[in-house]
Amino acid sequence: MEMPKPSDLVIAGKEELVAQLRAVLPGDAVIDDLAETRAYECDGLAAYTCPPMAVVLPRTTDEVAAVLRICHAANVPVVPRGAGTSLAGGALPTADCVVLGVARLNDILETDLPNRFIRVQAGLTNLAVTQSVEDDGFFYAPDPSSQLACAIAGNIAMNSGGAHCLKYGVTTNNLLGVTMVLMTGEVVELGGPFCDAPGLDLLGLVCGSEGQLGVVTEATLRILPKPEGARPVLLGFDSAEVAGACVADIIKAGILPVAIEFMDRPCIIACEAFTGAGYPDCAALLIVEVEGADAEIDHQLGLIKQIAGRHNPVEMRESKSSAESAAIWLGRKSAFGAMGQMGDYICLDGTIPVSELPYVLKRIGEMAQEYGLGVANVFHAGDGNMHPLILYDANKPGDLALAEGLGADILKLCVEVGGCLTGEHGVGIEKRDLMSTQFAPDDLEAQMLVKDAFDPKWLLNPAKVFPLASSAARRGAAA
Amino acid sequence: MDQPALAPANEAELAQAVAAATGPLRIVGGDTRGVGRPVAGQPLSTARLSGIRLYEPGALTLVAGAGTPLAEVEAALAAESQRLPFEPMDHRALLGSHGQPTLGGMVAANASGPARMVRGACRDSLIGVRFVDGSGRVVSNGGRVMKNVTGYDLVKLMAGSWGTLGVLTEVAFKLLPCPETVAVLRREGLDDATAIRALTEALGTPFEVTGAAHLQRGEGGAPVTMIRIEGFADSVAYRARQLQAALAEFGTFDLDTDPARVEAAWVHVCDVRGFADVPGDVWHLSTVPGDAPGLVARVPGAQAQYDWGGGRVWLLVPDGTDIRPLLVGMCGHATLIRASADTRAAIRSFQPEAPGVAALSDGLRARFDPRGILNPGLMA
Repeated sequence: MEMPKPSDLVIAGKEELVAQLRAVLPGDAVIDDLAETRAYECDGLAAYTCPPMAVVLPRTTDEVAAVLRICHAANVPVVPRGAGTSLAGGALPTADCVVLGVARLNDILETDLPNRFIRVQAGLTNLAVTQSVEDDGFFYAPDPSSQLACAIAGNIAMNSGGAHCLKYGVTTNNLLGVTMVLMTGEVVELGGPFCDAPGLDLLGLVCGSEGQLGVVTEATLRILPKPEGARPVLLGFDSAEVAGACVADIIKAGILPVAIEFMDRPCIIACEAFTGAGYPDCAALLIVEVEGADAEIDHQLGLIKQIAGRHNPVEMRESKSSAESAAIWLGRKSAFGAMGQMGDYICLDGTIPVSELPYVLKRIGEMAQEYGLGVANVFHAGDGNMHPLILYDANKPGDLALAEGLGADILKLCVEVGGCLTGEHGVGIEKRDLMSTQFAPDDLEAQMLVKDAFDPKWLLNPAKVFPLASSAARRGAAA
Repeated sequence: MDQPALAPANEAELAQAVAAATGPLRIVGGDTRGVGRPVAGQPLSTARLSGIRLYEPGALTLVAGAGTPLAEVEAALAAESQRLPFEPMDHRALLGSHGQPTLGGMVAANASGPARMVRGACRDSLIGVRFVDGSGRVVSNGGRVMKNVTGYDLVKLMAGSWGTLGVLTEVAFKLLPCPETVAVLRREGLDDATAIRALTEALGTPFEVTGAAHLQRGEGGAPVTMIRIEGFADSVAYRARQLQAALAEFGTFDLDTDPARVEAAWVHVCDVRGFADVPGDVWHLSTVPGDAPGLVARVPGAQAQYDWGGGRVWLLVPDGTDIRPLLVGMCGHATLIRASADTRAAIRSFQPEAPGVAALSDGLRARFDPRGILNPGLMA
């Protein structure tokens, strides 16, 4: 993965910069020792590493502002970092950058149940938000698989989704406001515990901007009353095409499940071997979950079984209890671990129109054969967000590059059928150079105009999202 | 309107028209939402960029030209028992305007109704846009899939930008199925503060309330508080009983399941029909539900309609009243929606932003419309 050449000038100024940072932050909040900065050399895309010049771990918005003022004046690039769980390399450092970690900004600032919002510092983990309100019967809806570890800051940067977004939307639909520090150190408030913007929707623009427009230090989030209950049904089919048709029929029937998860045979086999969840041996498996009171759930699952019955399922297993629900979810929730046990893998994140599901699955199978690599598919079928897992051997020279080649081809296929490169993980460095397959030069130019307006010197996370060649002039002008 | 309207036949022609423009343009969809500072400029109509380009009921997605009449889209969706999730407001009754609302105008206004509170605004269901910026550049952002984080979200930026950053040419939405049954729980005679407490109680339950409104003067003249529930018939009946029990301290909420009456009641709320044909200016507040009654009390002589459980307030005030000095320090924002052209020229329709935020907005406008020709000043 190509990264811009670090600036010798910036690196030469390290000592002076670190001294300035130490003057505005507590002693333990500045890390510049090489051994210690290594802890920040990568994120969840661990194939790529680069220790940063320094790491800062501020505790307040004011400290974040002080850091950014210093870096702005010294023309030092800043890479914001939530919990470092990005699968796209969104927090990958460069050798001339300061990593700004928000992990210590982890307080809950205000919980307002009657008005259904919570205000938190952005380093708080996603799950901690829900945990703080669940005893009162509320929850925070976006639930990325990494929710135990990932930070709200990263969720906002990547506009993270999760399994339940078919009903509740993704981060941008549940984010009411942010406190954000611009690269100049100026603090702005966007939105608040109310709906919609007074003028232009800058909040909507910031969400999903991958830490390139500002550093979010506080967030106001919408919280929702927990449903009375939820239960899934497991459906097995002898072809992916039939499973896809069943999904479309469920949606057309006016049922809105909270989750429709799809697994193909390689994934089913791996999960079964890993967990013994008792999944049937079949070509495609759906887990469809609905919410409500018990009688409502029975009614909806009954309708879903009726619809599925018309597609000759090889198995229909309706959960009648929380234990049975857990058994049905066990394999799916262990899918990534199960695949990990089989070897190294790359997890893709393209989205396709759900009507293209059978075709895309068939093509992925063919392409995997051509490359001689294994691919397992597990994804959110209701919204077309696919997660093909490409298996490779990190110890085999050239295998990673081969897997990345197949990944790129699969993502191009997603774009070709009317979809996109990434549904919930973000572009980062991983899909940066594929952006031109989805966007025309003018489309990218319009997006870069936004960065110009927020960060004219292109110092915030500069080598991400846009193809390096497209952003070169802007990044160069800043240096 | 001195100059003849431009009515390009397609996106390429529209891009040429913008690039060739030598003065301000007034962007026109159906011309039903005359909100903001009046714009003097050559009309540029999107009427001919019309038609549904793609509708896949099984994928809950629709793509259409920005000039497509909303009525045409709603008819197509109704045939498949689907709908736009955000219940777009029709401004015609309130503003006394005529013409056909278009998809592009609806997006430019981020027009959303009572369901916005739970199903999100227009901007939340909008998944793709094509537009022509002020330099005549054609830009595509988002797409036709409902989960998409590829690049910056200009889709959100375009929603509610009132044609000041670009001229929409095509829009894409995610959709929802229509419910089998819709019902309303209704209680007359509550005062504002009590009504908002009742709505807050209802919205804190797991019974999936999709509408929560309080009208100081309902259609019969008395105050009325309304709660909407939707879904399968048995489930609606069950949730109605649960809500009635949960709200017992506020008196009896009567259940109404008559489809025509229920529909009419929510159209009345959505389109603010109560203030149609009544003299006075109309403001829109977006705030914290619990703050709403107190804010209303600060505006003497105002009449209020609360929606979104109190998070949205429509205020009817005497002509020419600037309510912002009365609401200093409010959490949220106030927008002037209906007033004479003179008043809209004198009072800022859109809430002034804090200086740092205004600088960012100005920076975006300067880049997307460097010549300042797209609805110039409308949001100022």
